[in-house]
This record gives sequence, C-alpha cells and structure tokens, in this order.
Amino acid sequence: MLEIRWHSRAGQGAVTGAKGLADVVSTTGKHVQAFAFYGSAKRGAAMTAYNRVDDKVVMNHEKFMRPDYVLVIDPALVYVADITANEKDNTIYIVTTHMSTDELIASQPKLEGRKVYTVDCIKIAQETIGKAIPNTPMLGALMKVSGMYDIEFFKESMVKVLKKLPQKIIDANMIAIQRAYDEVK
Amino acid sequence: MADTMELRDIEVWDGNMAASHALRQVQVDVVAAYPITPSTPIVENYAGFTANGYVDGEFVMTESEHGAMSCCIGAAAAGGRVATATSSQGFALMVETLYSASGMRLPIVLNVVNRAIGAPLNVNGDHSDMYMGRDSGWIQLDSYCPQNAYDLNFIAFKVSEDHDVRLPAMVHQDGFMTSHTAQGVHTLTDEAAFNFVGVYQPMNDMLDLDHPVTHGVQTEEDWHFEHKARQQHALMTAVLPKIQAAFDDFEKLTGRKYNLVEAYDMEDAEVAVVCMGTSVETAREVAEEMRAQGIKAGVVGIRVFRPWPLEQIAAVLKDVKAIAALDRSSPHGTVGALYNEISGTLFNTDTKAVLTNYIYGLGGRDLTKAHLVSIFTDLKANADAGKVTTPLQQYIGLRGPKLSFF
Repeated sequence: MLEIRWHSRAGQGAVTGAKGLADVVSTTGKHVQAFAFYGSAKRGAAMTAYNRVDDKVVMNHEKFMRPDYVLVIDPALVYVADITANEKDNTIYIVTTHMSTDELIASQPKLEGRKVYTVDCIKIAQETIGKAIPNTPMLGALMKVSGMYDIEFFKESMVKVLKKLPQKIIDANMIAIQRAYDEVK
Repeated sequence: MADTMELRDIEVWDGNMAASHALRQVQVDVVAAYPITPSTPIVENYAGFTANGYVDGEFVMTESEHGAMSCCIGAAAAGGRVATATSSQGFALMVETLYSASGMRLPIVLNVVNRAIGAPLNVNGDHSDMYMGRDSGWIQLDSYCPQNAYDLNFIAFKVSEDHDVRLPAMVHQDGFMTSHTAQGVHTLTDEAAFNFVGVYQPMNDMLDLDHPVTHGVQTEEDWHFEHKARQQHALMTAVLPKIQAAFDDFEKLTGRKYNLVEAYDMEDAEVAVVCMGTSVETAREVAEEMRAQGIKAGVVGIRVFRPWPLEQIAAVLKDVKAIAALDRSSPHGTVGALYNEISGTLFNTDTKAVLTNYIYGLGGRDLTKAHLVSIFTDLKANADAGKVTTPLQQYIGLRGPKLSFF
C-alpha cells in the first residue's frame, strides 16, 4: 500500500490532482482511492486530499493515514498546516516553494532530518499554464522523486485524463509536468 | 434516440459519478430534483448527460425536495421510469412524500447519499437520514463503495419495477466516504446495462386512457388497514426473492456477487461486527488482521436494510459468541437501531451470543482501524467471559470523557 497526502488550498486543484493520479495509476492495473477532507471549505481555505494505491482492492475507508509521501502545493502551508502529522520514519516531502531545500528547512525546523524535496510549482504553473494551479507540476515532481512511472508514459496518460480541456491547456500542462520533473531537487 | 457513451472497462469514479452513469444507462424518463450536498453531483451530472443528448428523458428542477419527490410521484403514476437523489435535510423534507410513493405502489429509485441531520448543521456522512427512512415502506439497499453504488442502482430499478413488487427503492451510499471518494469501478456497456433492467413496463398508469385508474385515494377505517397490510405483504414476501433473483442475474452478467446479507470470514467466526456502508469494508480489513493475531473475527454487512432479511441474518450469526452492532446514527434515547434489529432477529433463536452496541462516526467522524481493533478486542473478552464485560452501549471515536450507557 502506497499512501499520499496532499496539502493544498481549496481551488488549487489538489482534488483534481489526486483524482488524475488515481486515473493514471488505475490504467496500470493497480487499485486506487482518491478522496479529500471537505467541510464547508471556501476557496483559499487549507485542505487535504489523499491517495491510496495497492495491488489489491482498497477496502480501507478510514481517513486516518500515515503517508509515504506528503505533497505541499501551497508554499505558506508549510508554516500554517500540520504537514508532518502522522508521519512515518521514511515519509518523503515534496514542497512547492521558491526557496532551496536548505533554506526551506531552515525556515521550518519541523522538517529537519526529513527527506525533503523542493520545486516551485506555482512559478512553473504561472509560466506555462498561465495560472497558479500547481497540481499537475507536482505530479511531475512526484514521478521524478518516486520513480513511480516513466515520465513519457505518465505524460501520455495525463493527456487522456485532461482530454476535455482545450489543446493549448493540455500542451501547457505537459510542459509544466516536464519542467517540475526536471527542476525538483 | 439518446447517444451512447463509450466507457473504459474500469473507470475511476466516485460514488456520485457511478450513480449518475447508472441512471443514464437505464434511460430514466423523468428525474425531478432539488440538489443538496453531498448528493448534488448525481443530479448535476445527470442534467449534463440530458442536456448533451445522452438521455432521452426529462430533467425537472423543482422548488424543494418535497416538490422533487412529489414530481417523481406524479411522473411514476403517469407511467414513466423515475429517479432522483437527495441527502440529509433534503431527505427529511421528502419524508411525507416517501410514504405516498410507497403507499401508492410507485416504483421510484431514490439515491440517498447518507449525511448527518442537523442541528448542528453538518454536511458529512452518517446514517441519520437512512434510519429516518426505515419505516417509510421503501426498499433500502446499501452500498459500501462506488462499485456498489453503480451496481445496486440496476438492482433497484429491476426489483422496484417488477409487477409483483411495485415498491420504490432507495440506494444508499456514505456521504463523502463513498460519494466523493474515487475508486476503480468496473462498468457495463450502455447496451448491457439497459438490457439488464429492460424497457419500462407501466402498470396502472394514468396516461393509459383506455384503462382509467385513480391514484392518491382516501381510505378511512374501512379499507386503510387492508391497503397497508397488502403493502407489507408485498414488502415481506415478494421483495427478497426478487432481489436474490436480480443478484443472481447480475452475477451471471458481471461476475460480481451480491447477497441479501454479506458475511465475511463468518464460517468459523467467534466474534463479529454488524455494520453498514464503508465501515463494512474497513472492518473486513481489520477482521483479517485480527485473525492473524489468533482472534476468529468476522464481519456481517447489511446489504438490504428494508425489507430486513431476518432469517438470513439469524443464520449467519447463529454460531457466534460475541456480536457488536455498530450504529452510525444517534439513537436519541435508546439503543442503536441495528442493536435493536439484531436483538429482535436473534431473540427467539438458540443463540447464546453476547450482543453489544457501539455508536460511531456521527457527522463524518472517522472510524479508524484502531477503533475497530478495540471493538474486536472487547468482543473477544465478551466471548471468553460468556457475558458482557463492557457497558452495553459505548460511544467510540468521541473526544473527551468516555460515554456509555446501560
């Protein structure tokens, strides 16, 4: 069982990202689950989304999770959300930030001693898609860090997931995914 | 003629999307709806399908849930295939009309995305609305995951519309935990799905002008009792065999097997939890883990809540030493409804089982695997002692001091 927790603000696309990832993983024969904590959340409110991936049908419906990966797609949530909650010894963090990994850890000592990767998904999304929607670039970074799938296979799969969007937006998303894959450190 | 939609063999859908595709595939004539969280996407998706030409039917926006079900009743009486969806406060507002639908013997399928009922206002999943419907005369089928929400809709139409049944049916799924959780769903083609349910065969339809009928009649002391008795007779005798037959046909078509009562690891179980919704699947996973520790644990999932399959439930529980009934609804003044049902089911049998009650998950509070481990551990102690070693009713997952009764 592979478990992923997303930290996002409502409107940044964590749910779409989690569902998109589930869609891609499902095509490879694995079983998936994607869900989020809702409430009467308003756009901009801190929220979490989740993925589970397994070789057998996922029957666990508890919301409690000890994640293998924590994906933070809003830079400020590192300081205001409990991103290390229920972590394991080997939980891997991928954080959207304009800072280097060392600078980030210095600014948030909770991350000291953790496996932390950084990538500026916000900037990548603004420069490619034209909007600060950091969900698809984060998936590119996840592919690099986790080695889950070959990046070309992943991009081809994401084209199918995004097929309802205009071609221009799909192309921009593919560049964003590739850039995050190349730039995550 | 409606357009068909090409689906992948496995789609990653949440429970709402699964239910809306099932409604599309059976080509409902009239969906009248007033959207409410968390069931909104069912009718929203369906309205989209209708507007884009994938449904040959009418979508009616009404002024309230009372109006939505009233419109469904009118359309069903007129002779159409009818469905809608609701949750929580919306369900509560529908209640008056639910009794009309069942009393008028109208086959309507209502997707209930289970949600807490306020106050305090809460949009998350529990079983308060499902429990509120249990005396309404409807068939109630319960889903544990998005796949079930898809499949049980076909079963609901097939059974509800059967001329020996002619009773409305609810398909329940847990708010958010199923409705907004995307998982792999094995699909049917549009053709296979439609053919499983078949072309709607009206009965006593108002628009059959050659055979005039009256709907919505008044009967007083002279006939009311006989009408209600006949309704109960159909619910008690016709429905379970028809559901079983539909399950058998569905298994032949899809390979997916459903049972009136779902029994998991029950053959040699000493301890068992009885529950509904997503909790059934989480409990199955925990039961397997308890078995690895030497506790013979099993899980009984209620698949058909109404009509209550009393004999079948008694049969699967007959050799168990300790049972926990898990209720995801505040019983407000007594033991939980499932506790009462299981008590009534086992009372005149030879069982010596010890039965306890847990109230959990209100307003969407997480039921964790750790909670279930503690329940199974309590049950093992009860089984070993041959008597109740805990309070009869315990609250689990509640913050603050422990709460228990009896």
